[in-house]
Amino acid sequence: MDDTDFKQSVSSVVKVFWSITLTSVISIQNISKVYSQGNVTALSDINLEIASGEFVSLLGPSGCGKSTLLRLIGDLIAPSAGMVLVNGRSAPEARQSRDYGMVFQQATLYDWRTVSKNVQLPLEIMNYPAAQRETRTREMLRLVQLEDFGQHYPWQLSGGMQQRVAIARALAFAPKILLMDEPFGALDEMTRERMQLELLRIWGQTQTTVVFVTHSIPEAVFLSTRVVVMSPRPGRITDIVDTSSLPTPRDFETREAPLFFQKITEVRECLRRDEVRGASS
Amino acid sequence: MASLALEAPLSVTPPWWPPLRRVLAFFIVVLVLCAVWEGYKVVGQAFGDKFPGTTLSFPVRSDDKSMPHIWTIIGVLFQPARRGGEDILLVLLAKAALFTWREAAAGFVLGSVVGFALGALLGRFVLLERSLMPYIVASQTVPLLAIAPMIVIWGGRLNWPAWWSVALISTYLTFFPVTINTLRGLRSPNPTAIELMRSYAASDLQVLWKLRLPAALPYIFTALKISATTSVIGAIVGELPSGIADGLGRVLLTFSYYYISGPEKLYASVIGAAALGIMFAALVILVERLVLPESRRLEN
Amino acid sequence: MQTEPRWRLMLRRYAPAATLFVLALIVWETAVIIFRIENFLLPRPSEIAVTFWAELSGIWGASLFTMRAAVFGFLLGSALGIVIALATARWTVISEGMLPLAIAINSTPIVALAPIMNQWFGITNPFSKMSIVAVMVFFPVMINMVRGLTQVDAGALELMRSYAVSEVKILWEVRLPNALPFLFSAFKVSSTLSVIGAIVSEYFGGLGPQDALGAYISQQAALFHFSEAWAAIIVACLLGIGFYGVILLVERWVMPWHVSVRSDE
Repeated sequence: MDDTDFKQSVSSVVKVFWSITLTSVISIQNISKVYSQGNVTALSDINLEIASGEFVSLLGPSGCGKSTLLRLIGDLIAPSAGMVLVNGRSAPEARQSRDYGMVFQQATLYDWRTVSKNVQLPLEIMNYPAAQRETRTREMLRLVQLEDFGQHYPWQLSGGMQQRVAIARALAFAPKILLMDEPFGALDEMTRERMQLELLRIWGQTQTTVVFVTHSIPEAVFLSTRVVVMSPRPGRITDIVDTSSLPTPRDFETREAPLFFQKITEVRECLRRDEVRGASS
Repeated sequence: MASLALEAPLSVTPPWWPPLRRVLAFFIVVLVLCAVWEGYKVVGQAFGDKFPGTTLSFPVRSDDKSMPHIWTIIGVLFQPARRGGEDILLVLLAKAALFTWREAAAGFVLGSVVGFALGALLGRFVLLERSLMPYIVASQTVPLLAIAPMIVIWGGRLNWPAWWSVALISTYLTFFPVTINTLRGLRSPNPTAIELMRSYAASDLQVLWKLRLPAALPYIFTALKISATTSVIGAIVGELPSGIADGLGRVLLTFSYYYISGPEKLYASVIGAAALGIMFAALVILVERLVLPESRRLEN
Repeated sequence: MQTEPRWRLMLRRYAPAATLFVLALIVWETAVIIFRIENFLLPRPSEIAVTFWAELSGIWGASLFTMRAAVFGFLLGSALGIVIALATARWTVISEGMLPLAIAINSTPIVALAPIMNQWFGITNPFSKMSIVAVMVFFPVMINMVRGLTQVDAGALELMRSYAVSEVKILWEVRLPNALPFLFSAFKVSSTLSVIGAIVSEYFGGLGPQDALGAYISQQAALFHFSEAWAAIIVACLLGIGFYGVILLVERWVMPWHVSVRSDE
């Protein structure tokens, strides 16, 4: 379909425009990732520009490469081809200068450290002076509303609380970018919805750019300004759905708004289209 | 990880009961075994050590020479160890045990340090692990008593005190579990934790110090508990070829030679040796309790 | 997905160790020559090799005797350990009391029991050596078996109970298979221990140097024939490693499904 050609030319114009105006924080250019001597193509020719302050979700079925893409942005793995630019720097440079914080599905808190000490971990590694570490930790715990739990140990906290600590830890050193890999995947539905509200509030307060991986359509639509729909075999971006038209601040009323369901349907249609296309190819 | 909101426990057993129950169970089992011992003797003496109606004899003779009464064994602790000697057996054993413990402790410390360093190096450099590991494992198949005389002779040649050779033998037995467990512990953190460290652009040293080492601690303590007892065994066995007169090894050997004249002394000494091993292990367990909170201790 | 040829993989895995072995031998040989270390301190590998071939028949006869004590002691100790574990695992009270006792006894140098065993069974009776090995093997096997029988996944037990199945069936279907890895873990440790135990128990006398490996080694060491002693020690190591290898094979045959047996390290 000429749709894709049109989209490509539009995106290259946008890319040029954005690189001139330099508001693009993350620039993913022609990224490919191939495993095992060419047998598995995790990602094929990905192009994406993410502007500062955006909340972008990567959404797709398993095997579409969304987690791989996230890790490529974070320089946890290296691309087979193409380039990732973060604030004009290469991904490894960005990692060395600690431009992003990461939150994974497992909170991965250290059970020998208290909650406070866990939040302080990146600050210790980055050699912040002790006094600054204390203040920053208190700030962060207040941000995630866990100020009273500083001296508790991870095993004393519920799953949702542990994830909040993980978020506090990720934001401790005020990164410009937050990379999140299905952080609420292990939580139950009610806790997940509450955490989504929390995350939006934190995002509003800190104005960080967020790249969020999920396989839940409502979650992606609820949280993001844009939803990037991906599809597997080979992993690629098939659609980008703009959800910034949903009114802010988003809350439980948003979940019942007709526009919300519209957007969800739109995204679902994209996924179904990909599935059909995939099945027929 | 289980999420436990802070709740009051449902049961009402006081916290001191489980350990007390364990101690009681231990003593009951010991008493039962003593009863079995004495019971065997009674039955054996009654039937002349043969199964009734057959010519099949009991596996172990039940006379007092082969199986002294429990109370004789305990009693002999309070009698002079040697004819005309001043110390009662208990004191002699205590002095010998202290002497042996010095060697065992030295071996334990050295073995733990070497084991830990080795484990850390093997963890860091895969090439080292691939080349050294088979030999480290093979080293444990060498029968200790065979190389002990050689270590003693080398020590004599280098003019160091005899007890150093014994400590070295003790080190040889101690380092292996510590190496293996240090390696396992350093590698125990899950990949996500490592990725997190990478995202902080943490240096290798920082990853070691802040993640791998604390994660390895429970594993290392498990190995230290085992090593505590093996270091004692190593020290006792190491004393045998080295001609050291003051340690438990010599005591055991002497009493085994003079078994005929006083079998109870040998039994008492064996119990003394066991006690030394147990006390050392208990010391390590105590340290573990101080360093690691209960949530982090590994299964025994 | 592997496309690397198998021989390449094996080479990468075993080459470092093999290289080290050869290097070490070379260093050992040259060091003894250069520093003129006396034979009674450290013999040259070449001498050991020569002595090895010369004395092989003698050492072999002694090894057979020692291996007999080791293997039978191992079997006896394991059998007893398994039986007692089965008996006590059912009643946690007993196992709770026995476990510390077992650990305590395991802390004793078992060889201290050697003279007692000699007295009980007679100094020339091979059973006195076997019993030492049996005691050394009994405790790890029993401890691990009890753990294997009791540390069962709660979900598996619940499933069986939902089928209203008898305790015996649960034992057979759930606990025993669960205990196998624990058991083999104990076997691996005990296999090398039994060879060492057999050799060390022979130290306490009663056998001529032709009859048993341990006696042979201590005899030769006392005579400062260190080449012979080392040759015999190498045989002892090989026996221990061989026994361990047999256990590995048996494990692979009995538990082909288990993680520890799968080829990826």
